[in-house]
Amino acid sequence: MTIGGLYFICCAILALSGAFITVLARNPIRGAMGLLTTIVGIAGLFLQLEAQFLAAIQIIVYAGAVVVLFVFVILLLGADAVDGGGIGKAQIARAIGGFGMLAAVATATFLLVPEEMAKPLALPPSVLGHGSVASVGKQLFTVAVVPFELATALLIVAVVGAIAVARGRHSKKVVPLVANASNRMFGGPVHPRDAGRPIVSGGKQ
Amino acid sequence: MNQLGLLADHYLLLATSIFAIGAIGFLTRRNLLAQLMSIELMLNATNLTFVTFNRLHVGNMNGQVFAFFVIAIAAAEVAVGLAIVLGFFRLRNSVHSDDADTLRH
Repeated sequence: MTIGGLYFICCAILALSGAFITVLARNPIRGAMGLLTTIVGIAGLFLQLEAQFLAAIQIIVYAGAVVVLFVFVILLLGADAVDGGGIGKAQIARAIGGFGMLAAVATATFLLVPEEMAKPLALPPSVLGHGSVASVGKQLFTVAVVPFELATALLIVAVVGAIAVARGRHSKKVVPLVANASNRMFGGPVHPRDAGRPIVSGGKQ
Repeated sequence: MNQLGLLADHYLLLATSIFAIGAIGFLTRRNLLAQLMSIELMLNATNLTFVTFNRLHVGNMNGQVFAFFVIAIAAAEVAVGLAIVLGFFRLRNSVHSDDADTLRH
C-alpha cells in the first residue's frame, strides 16, 4: 500500500461516512456536519487528482458558505427542524424502491457498455501546472468567458430572489400620532412602536 | 498505472456510491433540509466525476471549469432553496415535504 493509496482510502472513508450521516441523521445539524465531512473528503480527493484550485474553492464555497447557511437556517427553525419518530414503513419502502431503481440503472449500464471499453482506466503521469489557478483561470477567461459572465448574473438573480422569498410580505402598520407634541418630545414614546401605549412621564406625579 | 497504484475506476466508484446515497436520501427523507443536503451530496459526486475524467486528459481544463460552474450553481440553488424552506415554514409551520400540498386543496 503506497502513501497515495492510504490517502485515498482515508478521504474515501471520510466522504462515505459523511454521506451516510447526512442521509441517516434525524437531527439536521448532525446532517450538516456529515455534509461538511463529505465536502472535506472530496476536497482531499481533488488535491490528489491535481485540482488544487477546485479543492480550495470546494472548501471556501461549500464548507464556508453552504454549510454555514444550512446551520443558520437550522438555528432559525429550532426544534421544529428535527424529524419526529423513527424510520417508518413508508421510508423503508421508498429506500427499497430507490435501491431497485439504482440497481436497474447499474445493470443497464453494465449491459450496454461494450466489452472493449470496460477496461481499467489508468491515470496518466501528472504534468506541472495541471489544475493550478493559472491554468483554470486561463480556460475560464478565454473559452468559458460567456458562461462565466452568465454565472455572475445567475448569482445576482439568486441572491435577489432569496431575499424576496425569505423576507415574505410585510404589512404596513399604521402608526397613530400622539396628540400632544410636547408630550411626545418630553417623556413620551421615542419609538413609533410605543405610540399606542399610555404615556407615563418620569414615574413621579 | 501511475506511481500511486490508483485507477480512475476507484474515484468513479466512490463518486457513484456517494451519488447513490444522495439519491436514496432525497427519495427517502421527508425533511426538506435533509433533502437539500442530499442534493448537495449528488452535486459533489458529479464534481468528483468531472475532476476524475479531467485528470485523464492532462492539459485540458474543461472538466475542472465545468466543476467550477457546478459549484456556482449549487451555491445559488442552496440560497434559493433555503429561502423557500423558510417561506414554507412561515406558511405551514413545518419543514415536512408532505405538508407542501397547498396547491392540491
